[in-house]
Amino acid sequence: MKEAEIKRLLAANLLCVFSIILTTTVPAFFLDSFSVLGTHLTWLCICSVSISALNIVLCLVLKPNPSPKRSSFAHKISRFLKCCIYFFMSCILFHVIIVLYGAPLIESVTETFLFAVLLSTFTTLHCLCMLGPNIQAWIRVFSKNGAMSIWDNSLQITTMCSILGAWFGAFPIPLDWDRPWQVWPISCSLGATFGYMAGLIIAPLWIHWNQKQLTYKSR
Amino acid sequence: MQRWPVLLFLAWVCFLFFAGIGLFMSGFLLTRIELAHSSSCSDPLTPPPWDRQSLPPGSCWMPQRFSKAVLVIIDALRFEFAWFNPANVSPLPYENKLSFLHHLATSQPRHARLYRFRADPPTATMQRIKGLTTGSLPTFIDVGSNFATYAIQEDNLLAQLVQNGRKVVFMGDDTWEGLFPKKFFRSYFFPSFNVKDLHTVDDGILQHLYPTVDGGEWDLLIAHFLGVDHCGHKHGPVHPEMAKKLTQMNEMLRSLVDHLGNDTLLLVAGDHGMTETGDHGGDSEKEVNAALFVYSKTPLFGTGPPEEPEAVPQVNLVPTVALLLGVPIPYSNIGEVMAELFPGDGDALSAALQQLSVYHVNAKQVDRFLHSYSLVAQDLPAEQLQHLQEIFSTAVEEHVQLLAQMQEAVLVFPELESRLGNLISRFQLYLREARAVCTQTWARFHPLRMVAGCTLIAASCLLCYVTSELATASDSFYRSCLLYPLLWGLVVAVLLGLACTFIQEGLDLLLVSSWAAAVSQVAFFWRWWGRQPKRARVASSQPPLAAIGLRQRLRAWLGLAFPMGILLFRCGAMFSDSFVVAEARVAPFLLASLVVLLVGKLHWDGRLTVPEGPKQQLLGFSSYRKESWYLLYLVAVLLVCLRLSIFFHQCREEIPQCRPSLFIAPLASLRNTRAKNLFYLLCVASLVGLVFVVRCWLRHYGNLNSSDPLVLFVRWGFPLVVICIACYWAVASSAEDSLGKLQELVQVALVAFPWAVYGLVSVGLLLLLCNPMTVFAKDTRESAGPIVTPYLGVPSSEVDFLHVIPQIYRRMQESLKSRLERGSCKATVAAYGLGSVYSAALVIALTLLGFLLLLLHSERLSLAFLLLFLEAFVLLHIHTRARSLAGDAEPFSVPWHAVISWLLAASQFFYSTGHQPIFPAIHWNAAFVGFHLDHSTNLLPAVLVGANTFASHILFAVSCPLLLLWPFVCETPSSQRRKPKKDAQEELQEEEEHMMEMRLRESPERFSAALLQLGLKYLFILGMQLLACVCATMILRRHLMVWKVFAPKFLFEALGFVVSSICLLLGISLVMRVDCAVSTWFSQLQLRSEPRLKSCRLLWGTSDTSFCLLMLKSPLQKHGNLVPSVPSWGSRVAGSYVMEKSGSPASITGSDPRFLLRQKFEVRLKKNKI
Repeated sequence: MKEAEIKRLLAANLLCVFSIILTTTVPAFFLDSFSVLGTHLTWLCICSVSISALNIVLCLVLKPNPSPKRSSFAHKISRFLKCCIYFFMSCILFHVIIVLYGAPLIESVTETFLFAVLLSTFTTLHCLCMLGPNIQAWIRVFSKNGAMSIWDNSLQITTMCSILGAWFGAFPIPLDWDRPWQVWPISCSLGATFGYMAGLIIAPLWIHWNQKQLTYKSR
Repeated sequence: MQRWPVLLFLAWVCFLFFAGIGLFMSGFLLTRIELAHSSSCSDPLTPPPWDRQSLPPGSCWMPQRFSKAVLVIIDALRFEFAWFNPANVSPLPYENKLSFLHHLATSQPRHARLYRFRADPPTATMQRIKGLTTGSLPTFIDVGSNFATYAIQEDNLLAQLVQNGRKVVFMGDDTWEGLFPKKFFRSYFFPSFNVKDLHTVDDGILQHLYPTVDGGEWDLLIAHFLGVDHCGHKHGPVHPEMAKKLTQMNEMLRSLVDHLGNDTLLLVAGDHGMTETGDHGGDSEKEVNAALFVYSKTPLFGTGPPEEPEAVPQVNLVPTVALLLGVPIPYSNIGEVMAELFPGDGDALSAALQQLSVYHVNAKQVDRFLHSYSLVAQDLPAEQLQHLQEIFSTAVEEHVQLLAQMQEAVLVFPELESRLGNLISRFQLYLREARAVCTQTWARFHPLRMVAGCTLIAASCLLCYVTSELATASDSFYRSCLLYPLLWGLVVAVLLGLACTFIQEGLDLLLVSSWAAAVSQVAFFWRWWGRQPKRARVASSQPPLAAIGLRQRLRAWLGLAFPMGILLFRCGAMFSDSFVVAEARVAPFLLASLVVLLVGKLHWDGRLTVPEGPKQQLLGFSSYRKESWYLLYLVAVLLVCLRLSIFFHQCREEIPQCRPSLFIAPLASLRNTRAKNLFYLLCVASLVGLVFVVRCWLRHYGNLNSSDPLVLFVRWGFPLVVICIACYWAVASSAEDSLGKLQELVQVALVAFPWAVYGLVSVGLLLLLCNPMTVFAKDTRESAGPIVTPYLGVPSSEVDFLHVIPQIYRRMQESLKSRLERGSCKATVAAYGLGSVYSAALVIALTLLGFLLLLLHSERLSLAFLLLFLEAFVLLHIHTRARSLAGDAEPFSVPWHAVISWLLAASQFFYSTGHQPIFPAIHWNAAFVGFHLDHSTNLLPAVLVGANTFASHILFAVSCPLLLLWPFVCETPSSQRRKPKKDAQEELQEEEEHMMEMRLRESPERFSAALLQLGLKYLFILGMQLLACVCATMILRRHLMVWKVFAPKFLFEALGFVVSSICLLLGISLVMRVDCAVSTWFSQLQLRSEPRLKSCRLLWGTSDTSFCLLMLKSPLQKHGNLVPSVPSWGSRVAGSYVMEKSGSPASITGSDPRFLLRQKFEVRLKKNKI
């Protein structure tokens, strides 16, 4: 049972990684002069959209956390709307936090916001897909003994890795190398993306290795 | 542990660090004093004329040989670049490119010559330009009259030329603009900063060079090409670009020579060389070995060229060019004239005589310089100066003698020639030895000293860490680990001192103290190591305990990993020039990360969530506690503070797109009157807000109740200081547009207001030192005494009544109240504000210091100071909250993350008060706050500017003990929740929790140890930053940016360390002073109630006189001079205690439980006996 679930997790995660790699290459066939560094904003949009679409599809297909029994149409709609609002709020929140960490306040607002959207895609959207619009559950998952399934563990790892990647991405900015990827927010978004990908790959492996220690509380 | 050992220990550790810094500095920083003298034509230095020689009119010191000169400086022109080897068939990109020079030298051997041009370290362009024009050895710090500009203050070639009416035209590197402002007749400056740009400067020069040369309106033309240097930095010397660049230079020289006239001297020089990676700055052979090429269309040399090119020290160019152009040699020159350029009229004898007179002038000038330098500074060794003086005087004497003998024609030719040769070599010897003496003192790193200093600092850091981990150890440990090392150090110092006096050598204080420091450190570690095995043995005898200890230690290490990781990042950032430049942004980033990490870790550990009940467990949901939300709000406020502080940054020239904050400029520079008024109001508002908040805080904790002078000062002196500062700002910001008649008044006010502030602040600090108690004790025990004080006024019944009735009323009220509160016959002492005595004293001191430092900054930075206080307050609260949420059992130790965040905030606000670690960014205006452009000594302005620069270091270091005290001060709110319940047990707990800072007095031993531990942790982190800086400077001393980025950073960091450590000591000693005062206060209270104490003893049979501390629960009148000053009756006065010592068992219910239990036990015993 567990083994099979880990395999499903691995497949889903590899799909995500693969789709990120696709977003860097495929648009070049449709758009003129597309490159991750040159037209970074376009790539940010494409990446966020495709990752969110993929996540939603995966969530619908795999159903990691079956939703509550009561599921009328109206309930689903309200749930969806709530999810949208949460996502939007998390974008704003990330934007504010990024600015508080030292990003320019007025210049390059678009860049900052799109970076916030990307971060939200990697973190909040994942949470929304897994746990639904339920803050208490989120709080529970992100604590030491809060994971209740391997999906929760995977969520913990990918979220932390994305944020850590974005944090480390800020390090090369002050260096005087004059590289194109040192421009705000390219290094950070690349860092977040690499972190996310690393998290996606690490999560199944980590779970596989620590299978014995992981005992989940029953609901 | 006593108080003195703590201070002594901290002072000793500081001394260790200082010795390390001093040792490193003496090895790394070479200092020299700039003399303000300058040479002039009329100086009596001219040599005695010989028969065929007399000075033509209009020339100085020596007859002018060339009327014009062109100095082409090709930056980083290494000797190998200029050397042409025809035998080399496969040249490297930089070899055999300047073929034109070779062509000139071979085709016209008496017109042209190539030299090895030996640059003196530091081989940075600015220092080299100084050397090439002043003829001296510029060090990193040339202590001159004016720090504020980079302009050369010393006498130099350009100044001499301008002084003698010559025209100097410059084109090229814009560094010269800063060095020689307004010296050039015409100039074309091009930006030098962008190392990646190879062509802008060179193309710019080439555009103007030939028209200017042809125009003829110049006497000295300087062209400074940067392309070769930039190419080296960008690609390194072995690169095709370098070949292109050198070929371009070759072509330039070829066409330049075509444009030159016959009376023109051409000099092509490299200011320094470069290493194989294209860098320079240090003293390696490749950096030092530059090229010099001399050419003129008239014959220059009397003899042919030597086989190998001669090596010429760079400073030699200055006297040579000066005398060739017929201007005086600059005053501070120590170079030796290049004699072969003075060949006389052709025959060997006249050449020798000419050269002799040139040497004579040169030697006299050098002697004059050495003499005046030795009067100002003592760094040149005296005996060597003496030796030089002897050589000089005998040579001069002999020269005069020789000339006299020549006049009488007693000498025949061969003897004359040999004597002339002999004399010339003696002059040469003198000049070379003089230069060698100067070089030895001014221009050499001492790697051994640098490494030793580094090691000393590293060992001190280790010592701090080791000792801070052992803070709970016994008293004897400190005695053995402090006393013996100190003794050892003292013994070594005394021995070394004695040895020095015996050998009659000069006593080098620095060396003696660093030896003492090293020995005492070794003694410490030896002692510490000696204790180590004992503990291990104890641990091994109890295996299970040891295992637990190991696991605990592992966990502690993991907990340490986060803050130490942040510290590691911070230290690592010192090794990159980009990160040093960007440190203003790095510090807040790391601080934010640290705090967020802390909160994240609390969340991960589940400390922020409500403890899970069964219901929640079922659902798998968690929600936050109320306190957690409070913590999150605090973190949000902190982040906002961090972001806001970025708006106060000063700029560095390394970031060209940066705009300096508008808050740094003084208000007087604002043109818009409305904006000026608005900003002024804002500044005053922030000042008033600061005072208001501080007073609110003090009142909240009941520290504003007593009528001690200090409290009165806080009540009335603080507003007065604010008024003075506001007035000063008003006068200073409108000083320029005031009317003529008011001018004098304004001048007086500009001096008077700052002095009023200085005076008030020092009065406040003195009061704080004399009596730091802000406690108001209300003694209700002595209710005896006259109920009504007799009225002394005019006896009239009505007035009498008016006088008496309130007194009676008050007395009744008091007795009623005391009875209601405490049952029947109770005598109590209520002490308001006892729970926060320590913090209150520190807060008052900080506010006073804040005023002082605010005054020294420009007006609008008061907002930054407000932010500083706010951020410090928020940080303290965050750590208190985090601690209570984490359930930290050890209240006496401050966690590492708190100390690290405190220091990060200190360096963050260094930048946010408008500073940068570079010399041009120092706020020199601070030296003239309250002074009228004149200072009798250098000490006072240095103190003022230092206080301005290190304002945040001072404030954060003094307030460091608050990190320990704050959790105690903030104890009260946690017990508020339990108030509704009234049963006895709860009451007991509650009262126990209200002890606040008096908990520290419960165990004075641990209090002192905790202070020591905190101080050591602070010093450890400061020391780690310093160590990183020192290592970076030492390792990267060949780096391109060493004199621009690393060395100034090191200087600021070292000075910041000194200031911080001294302020830390002051802060801790202030806390100890308060502790002493509290002790005396308690003993006085005891003395006053001596009779009652006797009854106490009789009753209980104990001589224990410790006080029982109780909290008054009922609303208290907030007392200030017996006037209820606050209308809110229901508000709580935290930290107010009732001390009681009377006998009835009922009254003890609220006291310390241990005491209580013991006494109850005794009561029972007595009852049983009875």
